[in-house]
Amino acid sequence: MSTNESQLAGSPSRQGPPDIESGLIAGLRRGEESAFETLLQRHHTSLVRLARVWVRDASAAEEVAQETWLAVVQGIHAFEGRSPLQSWIFGILANKAKRRGTRESRSRPFSAYDSDADRDDLRGMSPDRFVPPGEEWAGHWTYPLADEESCPERHVLAEEAGGFILRQIDELPGRYRSVMLLRDVHGLTADETCAILGISAANQRVILHRARTRLRITLEPYLREGANCVEQLG
Amino acid sequence: MSSNLDNGEAVALGDLTCREFVDLVTDYLEDALDKQTRARFEDHLVDCPDCPVYLRQMEAIVGAAGLLREEDLSPEVRDVLLSRFRTWRNGG
Ligand SMILES: [Zn+2]
Repeated sequence: MSTNESQLAGSPSRQGPPDIESGLIAGLRRGEESAFETLLQRHHTSLVRLARVWVRDASAAEEVAQETWLAVVQGIHAFEGRSPLQSWIFGILANKAKRRGTRESRSRPFSAYDSDADRDDLRGMSPDRFVPPGEEWAGHWTYPLADEESCPERHVLAEEAGGFILRQIDELPGRYRSVMLLRDVHGLTADETCAILGISAANQRVILHRARTRLRITLEPYLREGANCVEQLG
Repeated sequence: MSSNLDNGEAVALGDLTCREFVDLVTDYLEDALDKQTRARFEDHLVDCPDCPVYLRQMEAIVGAAGLLREEDLSPEVRDVLLSRFRTWRNGG
């Protein structure tokens, strides 16, 4: 495997080609329902899922997503295209959801985002996976990772374990969920993600790393034994 | 929270352990390693039988996350939003 092949930095994002996107923007500016419907089909359920990071329940998330669409329709004339359309829409959603989450938190002890504090310490790889310090081969794997067969293609993995992966992401504490949704599920850049969430680049990487490590840990039975155990994953 | 290599162990020059490798995987994929650490990471990738598997698994998981499909928009929600849209575009 060459180093270049292992780079994800250039992986395609979910955004369509620029000409399709500018067509949607133009259509929306002309008030075309078909352009609006295309955007709804593309992003609405993603917006609702992302809103749940900050707000209390599904109906609040649905309302925040609807407010976001109103802001999109009203703001599209002023949209300058400095970021991709998807990133702009997610940014509006995040602002509205955060504000609502803050309001909600006045009437209950914790906001959805910060109540994660007590379980914020997402545990990484268990130390007993590695040979303890002082021994020969200290810091190396205690037992080998499975062989080549335990490297499924991304398409196969998405096909066979996609539902499980999405549920696992939903289980992550808010900050981990928000970064993973924006970066890995929706393909936003690190810069876009930092801007939307108001976090530093270094912090973003730490959060992303912990979220990905956690996801891999939950997928270990699948990686070891393949699709036949995917039902047991739940 | 500035580095993913935070297990508190001294790092021997040019000789990464698997445990350290695992901590650096995201920084590597994000192209956020300094030149020297990147070289040590890549040396480990050549020397270690297991960590290349770990890296490929991680890439597959990240790639799979990018292929996930959200559930379809329900027709009911779509109809509600489309009717709102007709009001909004007329300045309502
Ligand atoms: Zn190794």
